[in-house]
Amino acid sequence: MKASVLIRPKEGILDPQGQAVEQSLRKLGFAVGHARVGRVVDLDVEASSEDEARASVDEMCRQLLANPLIESFEVTIA
Amino acid sequence: MIAVLQFPGSNDDHDAQWALKALGGDARLVWHAETSLPADTGAVILPGGFSYGDYLRCGAIARFAPVMDAVRAFAADGGLVLGICNGFQILCEAGLLPGVLMPNHSLSFLCRDVALRVERADTPFTSRCEPGQTLVIPVKNGEGAWFVPEEHYAELEANGQIVLRYEENPNGSVHDVAGVCNADGNVMGLMPHPEHAVDPLLGSGDGALILASLLDGVRERTRVAA
Repeated sequence: MKASVLIRPKEGILDPQGQAVEQSLRKLGFAVGHARVGRVVDLDVEASSEDEARASVDEMCRQLLANPLIESFEVTIA
Repeated sequence: MIAVLQFPGSNDDHDAQWALKALGGDARLVWHAETSLPADTGAVILPGGFSYGDYLRCGAIARFAPVMDAVRAFAADGGLVLGICNGFQILCEAGLLPGVLMPNHSLSFLCRDVALRVERADTPFTSRCEPGQTLVIPVKNGEGAWFVPEEHYAELEANGQIVLRYEENPNGSVHDVAGVCNADGNVMGLMPHPEHAVDPLLGSGDGALILASLLDGVRERTRVAA
C-alpha cells in the first residue's frame, strides 16, 4: 500500500526556510504573501487494510518522521 | 572515565577526548553500535558533528543508535550526560532534554566566539563557574535555535533548568537559552563547544571550566561509590 506523509511546520512556529523562499519569490516579481516549507515522505507500507496502514504510518510519524513540538503531519493512504 | 560517543558523522569526538585528557581526565571513544557502556563509565559526552548527515531533522536518527538505550539507562540511574551541539540536538530528540533545535533564524551557519552568562553554577557541569560569570566559547552550527513552547519554558525557568544564556542571541534561541539541563540536573546540553575553548592560546580557555566541572563531578561520584 502506498502512503504519503506531509509534514509541515506548526502554525506560529518560525520557519526561516519559508521566509527565505518567500523573499526569493518576491525578488522574482511574484506576489507572494506567505511561504511555509515542509516535506513529503512517500512510503510503501505492508498492511492488509487501509486502517492498518494508517495506524502504522501514524506511529512512524510519532516516533520518527515528525517532531510534535514543531511539526504537524497528514497521512494519505492510496 | 568519560565515554565520548561516536556516531557516523560525529566530528568533535576526538576534540572532546583531547580536551578531557588535556584537563587530566580519562576519556574513551565508544562506537554508536555498542549496546552497553564500559563498566567504568563515570559520564557520557555526546559530541558535536552531523550524525547521520542530519537527515530528516538534526539528531532525529542518532537517537535510535543502539548505544542510546545504554545512555538512557545510565541517565535514569543519575549518571552525568553532556551533549554538545549535535549531542544537544540528539538529547532533545531522544527526550532526555526538553525542547528542540531549529535552523538559525539568519539561516547562516555560525562559526564564532559567543559570550555566555552562567545562570546556574550549582550543576555538575558548571560547578567551577561563578553565578553570572561570562564565558566566551565558540559556536559552530546551522541549527542552534533552541525552541520550547512558552508555557513549557516558564516551567523550565521555574525549575532552574536554564543553565547558560547568550549575552547576545546569535541564532534566535528562545529567551537567549544556550544550555539547559533536565529536571534532575544530571543531563545537560549546550550549543557552544567547550572542547574548542580549553586553551587561551586558541582564543579562550573558558570551555575548560565546563569540562573540568564535569571531571570534578565524575571524581566526586566515584569517591562516593567507593
